Amino acid sequence: MEINKDYAVQMRGISKFFGNFQALDSVDLDVKKGETHAILGENGAGKSTLMNILYGLYGADGGTIYLNGEPVYIKNPSVAISYGIGMVHQHFMLVEKFTVLQNIILGNETTDKFGIINMRKARKKVIEIIKRYGMNVDLKKKIRNISVGMQQKVEILKALYRGAEILILDEPTAVLTPQEVDELLEIIENLKKDGKTVIIITHKLKEIKKSSKECTIIRKGKFVDCVNVKDESEQSLAEKMVGHKVKLLVDKEKATPGDVVFEIKDLNVKSHRGVDVIKNLSMSLKKGEIYGLAGVDGNGQKELMEALICRLYVESGKILINGKEIQNTSTRNVLDSKISIIHEDRHRYGCILGMSVADNAILEKYREKPFNANGFLNYDERDKYTEKLIEKYDVRPSKCKYTKIRNLSGGNQQKLVIGREIENDPDLLIAIQPTRGLDVGAIEYVHKVLIDLRDKGKAILLISLELDEILDLSDRIGVIYDGSIVGEFDQKEANEQNVGLLMAGGKNNDEEHI
Amino acid sequence: MLNNILIAITITLMYSAPLTLAAIGGVISERSGITNIGIEGMMSIGALTGAAVGYFTQNPWFGLICAGIAGGLLALLHAVASISCRADQTVSGLAINLIGPGLAMFLSRYFFSGATMTLPVPVKLPKVVDPIYFQNTPFSSLSIDASVVIALIVVIVTSFVLYQTKWGLRIRAMGEHPAAVDTLGVSVYKSRYTCVIISGILAGLGGGTVTLAIISQFTPTAISGQGFIALAAVIFGKWRPIGAYLACLLFGFSQALVILLGGGSIQIPSTLLAMIPYILTIAVLILFVGRSSAPKAAGVPYKKGER
Amino acid sequence: MTRSISRILKSYFMRTFIAVLLGFVVASAILFITGYNPSQCMAVMFNAVFSRPKFIVNVILKSTPIILTGLSVAFAFKMGLFNIGAEGQFIVSTIASAIVGLVFNFHPIIQVPLVIMSGVFAGAIFGGIIGFLKSKFGIHEVITSIMLNWIALYLCNYISNLACFHKPESDGTYPINESGLTLFMYKWKFSEEGRSFLKNNPVLNDIILKTDFNFNFILAVIIAIVVWVVIYKTRKGYEFRACGLNPDAAQNAGIDVNKNIIYTMLISGALSGLAGALALTGSSNPVIHVLPVFENYGFNGLSVALIAGSSPIGCIFAGIMFSALIYAGQSLQFKLGAPSEIVNIMIGTIVFFVALSVIIPVIVDKIVEKEERKSA
Repeated sequence: MEINKDYAVQMRGISKFFGNFQALDSVDLDVKKGETHAILGENGAGKSTLMNILYGLYGADGGTIYLNGEPVYIKNPSVAISYGIGMVHQHFMLVEKFTVLQNIILGNETTDKFGIINMRKARKKVIEIIKRYGMNVDLKKKIRNISVGMQQKVEILKALYRGAEILILDEPTAVLTPQEVDELLEIIENLKKDGKTVIIITHKLKEIKKSSKECTIIRKGKFVDCVNVKDESEQSLAEKMVGHKVKLLVDKEKATPGDVVFEIKDLNVKSHRGVDVIKNLSMSLKKGEIYGLAGVDGNGQKELMEALICRLYVESGKILINGKEIQNTSTRNVLDSKISIIHEDRHRYGCILGMSVADNAILEKYREKPFNANGFLNYDERDKYTEKLIEKYDVRPSKCKYTKIRNLSGGNQQKLVIGREIENDPDLLIAIQPTRGLDVGAIEYVHKVLIDLRDKGKAILLISLELDEILDLSDRIGVIYDGSIVGEFDQKEANEQNVGLLMAGGKNNDEEHI
Repeated sequence: MLNNILIAITITLMYSAPLTLAAIGGVISERSGITNIGIEGMMSIGALTGAAVGYFTQNPWFGLICAGIAGGLLALLHAVASISCRADQTVSGLAINLIGPGLAMFLSRYFFSGATMTLPVPVKLPKVVDPIYFQNTPFSSLSIDASVVIALIVVIVTSFVLYQTKWGLRIRAMGEHPAAVDTLGVSVYKSRYTCVIISGILAGLGGGTVTLAIISQFTPTAISGQGFIALAAVIFGKWRPIGAYLACLLFGFSQALVILLGGGSIQIPSTLLAMIPYILTIAVLILFVGRSSAPKAAGVPYKKGER
Repeated sequence: MTRSISRILKSYFMRTFIAVLLGFVVASAILFITGYNPSQCMAVMFNAVFSRPKFIVNVILKSTPIILTGLSVAFAFKMGLFNIGAEGQFIVSTIASAIVGLVFNFHPIIQVPLVIMSGVFAGAIFGGIIGFLKSKFGIHEVITSIMLNWIALYLCNYISNLACFHKPESDGTYPINESGLTLFMYKWKFSEEGRSFLKNNPVLNDIILKTDFNFNFILAVIIAIVVWVVIYKTRKGYEFRACGLNPDAAQNAGIDVNKNIIYTMLISGALSGLAGALALTGSSNPVIHVLPVFENYGFNGLSVALIAGSSPIGCIFAGIMFSALIYAGQSLQFKLGAPSEIVNIMIGTIVFFVALSVIIPVIVDKIVEKEERKSA
């Protein structure tokens, strides 16, 4: 394609190395002005890297960027901003302790003499933008007190406030309810009407169909294709993304649930800051079923987990495993009661990056025989056990027991963590966001392992912010909203609409006022 | 009674002034996301420079300015290590604490023929409220140094800049989420360099006021530990300028208490009295402050493009 | 650059070695600028340490307490705690040991362990307070440490002046009872028999009679090995390391982080306490006295631990090097009139470059990448 001023963005032959790893290999991109363009690829394919280069966060090791047909050198984000490029990162770049307004104006403040910030002027300017694109945001609230969907709007506002003409959205729907997704699509539509160009990075096929006209597909750092979305099916897009045939649906037999193993009764918990976060929450799990807990981030999932592992005090109510109460005991006691947990964000909660794979393998078992021999660690046993885990759960590279786990890929780290938890032979396995950040192959593997475990008669509690994953895997689905279970469904009757509605609290989440 | 109160005020303000300057420096640095435990070293070099320059030029103000510059230069080392080289900020700060006093004494010996003390400065920093004016009045024991006023101005200005201006907004954001600031086109590196150097200048000024306003010469024990007390004041004051100032006043006040009670009618050994400020600090922390809320990103090396 | 060279450059030992080298370079530069002959200074320093057996022995004797405070700091580091309070723990230990050593006078077999254990115990209590306040109230260990250091200092000054311990016309207490000393054949070497025996053997005379010869250093080495074993070979050490590297993940795996914080600080305090007790019992002038400023045994331990990269075995060598530098610095002042503080600057510079050395692997990797990409 020629370099042409009808295109808002054109990138030619972009390459990028991280150490010896080539993240991008001569990638091209053409985005028409005033349209929505999707960039599709698996986790780790290089989509975000490409966009970070466009936004000036990384320097490219090769290639050229053209904006409106002119070659440009984008040295840093302030150059990008001056060219009218705005980016909403997947992990929001918001200062939690600041208000919405402070976050929006940060770095581009309206000031009087001596750099004194004029909040009134700033507010006026922001409210104008809010009205123009029909977004409801409370400018006075602190970021840590607003929902994720709202935070995303703040991010979009940040870009618009800086006069963005090209807006990059990195995985914008990953953590939204279906209703919030619809709302976002509406905002994008409004932006397009206003002549703005939108680039959406995603690995979700449905949204591409809904939002975009054209789509560039990247696989393992290489340009694969640029297609007209309406000519493609979800299946064909998926194959281009992964490079081989994929099953879009999870294979599983019907569940045959047994007795109740795990129960929560009228649980009430206060957060570290003393706020009621879990309110009269009750649920129960049977042997041989997967219970999916759906909900928007920040509705008590985190606190529920912390209460379960005794890091938060349970004010009232009971948590029972095999009929035994475990609330307000100790983490050790919970783990010893045949509960295993695959924590979210394995880097922070699930493994110790500075330790070897072998040391991570025994993280929960180190105090038991044979690993603990009279207060000393038995390294031979540890190594033998680790080798077993590596082989059984296909952790690669296979000779990695002395490698620091930091140096393994995300998928292999997760395989080790999952293997470690399953080898505990738990009656209840709790999996929190178990496939976050993994590629399709690893995701399929994780799903298969969970279903196998279910078929062995174990109870599995799946907590995920991705509704698709919950709908695909779960036999029963509960929706958590504002610290309570507000509804339960069988897999048959659950769908995006009815579950999504409850996730948003049964009403539109955005009735807050400016 | 009035006399005692006035003495208490005088001593409190006098002792808290250098601490305040240094602690505000600490607040600025930590708020921008760089832990600065090297305050002690920066104060030491400031104290020597202030005394030496004050002695040779006979101008205490010039001495004070040079004290600030010396502190700033030492802070530059810390900045290079912790910002550009992403070194462990604690280790680097500790190195500054070794280099600062060592260099101060080395230079003292070099310029003052082998002595670890400088000669007394001929002119001290002026007093704003001088007891001479109040001879034979009830206020004869009240005395306020210029350094006290400087410290107060620094507190007010810092507080204003931090909470009312765009630079303050950016600095505070940087200490919480540097990447957020970077993605908005504000250079985190540059701003952090500025903050660390300002922090060093203030610590240097703090050291300079010790030797130019309080004891009029540099001695090996001139600073001993005040930098650490300032550091404690930063944490104690919850990383806010006003809070840190109040903490410094508390330290100054307990210093006054030591002196007043030591000379009082009940004989308490001065060594036991001297423990009061430190015991008090721990007690106050247990009772009131609880979990301290440090800037989230303080002490974490930041690399562009990482989250 | 080949891979093996890059691996060597990236190793901790090499990085530290480069830092030490740079420390010497900077010190030489400063000496040169201020008009001293650096090579002459280095020669004097070298001679100050190596020219007589007595000097070598003294360096080793002086290294014992800082090796132990270094171990104390390094141990806490492994748990992610910054024990800047080693200084105070050292001081309270000398206080406790001195009091017990003065008040009691048992047979050495009882007295020596009693004196030492009371010091260890006092240090552990002071360390434990730091740990307790952190785990119970979340008070930063650095702030408690700083406060406790000063409390210990003034406590020492208070005790030194107490009528029942104070030795008139001195700034300190009476020496502790001889039965509590760990000096080597203390009585014998000053006796007729001892003197005449040593006279015939100049080397032994030099190292035994003219120094406070003792075997505390060997104990310090044993302790270093024990600390290494505890950290890397035991179940508890595994817990400490896990908590230090990632407290959240450790807690989730059922490890009680708060309890471990207290244990760690107790042990760390005990190690600093041992340093203080041995410094007292291994001295021919075993008194505590009024401290106008800190004597830096604990703070030097921080430097030792940092230079050693928190490796327990590394602490032994870093401690000896540190002690040698200080010893050499004194002679520099004495012989050439060059300020002995050059040594402090040198040590500071070494620590500074140790901090900077994290950049070395990054640079080496960059160079290797470039070369590999060129050849590819």
